[in-house]
Amino acid sequence: MIEAHQLTKRYGEKTAVDRLDFTVKPGTVTGFLGPNGAGKSTTMRMIVGLDAPTSGSVRVNGRSYAAHAAPLQEVGALLEARSIHPGRSAFNHLMAQAHTHGIPRSRVEEVIELTGLQSVAGKRAGAFSLGMGQRLGIAAALLGDPATVMLDEPVNGLDPEGVLWIRNLLTGLAEEGRTVFVSSHLMSEVALVADHLIIVGRGRLLADTTVQDLVREAGGDVVKVASADPARLRTVLAGADVEITGRSGSEELLVTGLPAREIGIKAAEHGIALYELATRTVSLEEAFMDLTRDSVEYHGSTTGTATTSAKTTGAETTGAETTRSAA
Amino acid sequence: MSTIAPTQTPASPTVQRPAGPAYRVTAARVLRAEWAKMWSLRSTWITLGLGLLFLVAFGLIAAFQFKSRITSGRPMDRDFADATALSLSLFGTNFAQLALGVLGVLVAAGEYSTGMIRSTLAAVPRRLPVLWSKATVYGLTALLLATVGVFVAFAADSQIVSSTRAAMTLSDAGVVRSLLGAGLYLALVGVIGVALGMLLRSVAGGISVLVASLMLVPGLVSLLPSSWQSHISPYLPSHAGEAMFTLHHDATTLSPGAGLAVFLGWTVLALAGAAVRLVRTDA
Repeated sequence: MIEAHQLTKRYGEKTAVDRLDFTVKPGTVTGFLGPNGAGKSTTMRMIVGLDAPTSGSVRVNGRSYAAHAAPLQEVGALLEARSIHPGRSAFNHLMAQAHTHGIPRSRVEEVIELTGLQSVAGKRAGAFSLGMGQRLGIAAALLGDPATVMLDEPVNGLDPEGVLWIRNLLTGLAEEGRTVFVSSHLMSEVALVADHLIIVGRGRLLADTTVQDLVREAGGDVVKVASADPARLRTVLAGADVEITGRSGSEELLVTGLPAREIGIKAAEHGIALYELATRTVSLEEAFMDLTRDSVEYHGSTTGTATTSAKTTGAETTGAETTRSAA
Repeated sequence: MSTIAPTQTPASPTVQRPAGPAYRVTAARVLRAEWAKMWSLRSTWITLGLGLLFLVAFGLIAAFQFKSRITSGRPMDRDFADATALSLSLFGTNFAQLALGVLGVLVAAGEYSTGMIRSTLAAVPRRLPVLWSKATVYGLTALLLATVGVFVAFAADSQIVSSTRAAMTLSDAGVVRSLLGAGLYLALVGVIGVALGMLLRSVAGGISVLVASLMLVPGLVSLLPSSWQSHISPYLPSHAGEAMFTLHHDATTLSPGAGLAVFLGWTVLALAGAAVRLVRTDA
C-alpha cells in the first residue's frame, strides 16, 4: 500500500511533482503512466526516501519508508537509472544489500535463480547488457520479499522474451497479494498487466482510473454505419445515451452508445438498407495520448499543420478528461 | 533475531500473503554490509596494496640511500642530515597518505559516481549509519595496514642503519609512540577521505580537496606574514598530523597529544559536514 498525499517536489522554478494524491492498493498491478518528464521517477524516488518532498507526504504501508525497521521488506524498488557499482559482481552486490537486513545467503541465491542470473552472478555487473542489468535490479528489488514491488520502466531495454518474463512476474507478484506499482511511458505495455492506472503529466494527476474506465471515458466503441437514408436512421437510433455524428450530405454516421448488432437490427426493422456497419474501438494508446497530449514536454512534429490540428483537438479532449477525472 | 513465533501472523485483511521472516536493519549489519562492499571491489585491494608498498618500499629506499651516503662519505643534503632510523622509516607516509586518502574518497564518492548510493540508501534510508559504517570499516582497515606498514619499515630500517649514527631501536624513547602516531595519522587521513567523498559526492572533487588541504595549503600559508604563520601553521591538518609522529618537537610545532587532538578535530569537522550533507540533500 502506497499513499501519496499532496506530494510535491520543486527544483527551483520547475515543479516536477505537483500535489499528487493517489493510493496504490495491494493485490493489483497499478500502472503509473505519463510522458517523459511527467514526474514518475521523481515520485518513485520520493516513495523510497531518496528525494525529500518539498511538501506533502508519501507513506508506505502506513509509515514513511525510512521509519520501517526493514525497508527492503516493505518496498523493493527498481529505479530507472542503474544503481550498482560496475566493479562488483552481481552476487556480491546482492549479498551486500542482504547484509544490511540480515537476509540469508539462500535468499540471495533464490532471487538470482528467479531472475535467471545464475550463469553471470559471479561476473562484474559493469559488463552486463541492459537486459541483464534490469534483471539484476529486479533481483535486488525482490531480495527482501517485499510487500510492495515498485519498478520504474522495467521493460526498458529488454528483448521480447524479457518483456514477457516481466509481465508474468508482475501478475504473479500481484496474485501473491503484493502491491505492484510499475511505471511506463508506454500505455500498450502497461495495459497488458495493470488493472489500475495512475496517469500523470507535468507532475499533475491526470487520471486515477481503471483500464476499462479509461477506454469508456475516452469514448468507448464507435460504430461507423453507412446507409441509404442517414437522416431517417438518425431518428430511428436516437436515444438517451446515444450520440450520433455525421456530415450532412454524407451517407456515413458515427454512433456511440449502441452496439453494431443493435444498429443492424433496428435498421432492418425500419427497412433501411445498410452499406457498411463497422465497430471501431478507441485504443488505450489513443485514450492515453488524448489525456496527456497537453502535458508532453517535447513535441516532435512530422508536418507543421498536422501537429497543430492534432494539438487543438487533443487539448479539447484533455480538458474534458480532466474535468471528468476531477469530478 | 527471530523473536516472532512463526504461528503469529499479522492480522492484515488486505494482504493474504504469509508473513515472511522478520528482517531488520541494525548498526552491526550495516557495518557488515559496508565491510562486504569494500572488499568486493578490486580497487580496494590494489590501492591498499599500493599504500603498503609505498610505506615499506620508500622507507627501505630512504634507509639504503642514507647508508650508502654514510659509507661513501658523500655530503648529506638537508633531508638526511639529522635523519634517524625512525624518520627514514616514515619516509613513505607522504606517499601512503595519498593512496589511503584517495581510497577513502573512492569508498564514499564512488557510490555516487556509479549510482550505487541509490541501492545503499534504499536499504538504509536513515542514511547516517552508512557514513559511520564506512568511516569505521575503512578507518580500522587503514589503521591496521598503516600500523603494520610503519612497524615493518622501522624493523627493516633499524637493521639497515644499525651501525650508523641514525641507529635506533623500538626501546628508544618516543619510537613506539611515533610509529603508532603515524599509523593513526594515516588511518585518520583515510577517514577524512571518506568524509570528503560523502561531502562532495565526486571522486575528482574529493581527491582535489584532500590533496589541496594536505599538500597545497601548507605551502600557501608559508606565504603569509610570519607573525600570522606561527599562529596558523601548527594547526593545519598536515602539520598537526605530523606532530603525531615526529620525534622532536620545538616551539613551532604542537606536542604529539595536541597534534592528535587538532587532527581529530579536523576529522570530526569533515565527518560532520558529510553527515549534514548526507541527511539534508537528495541522493
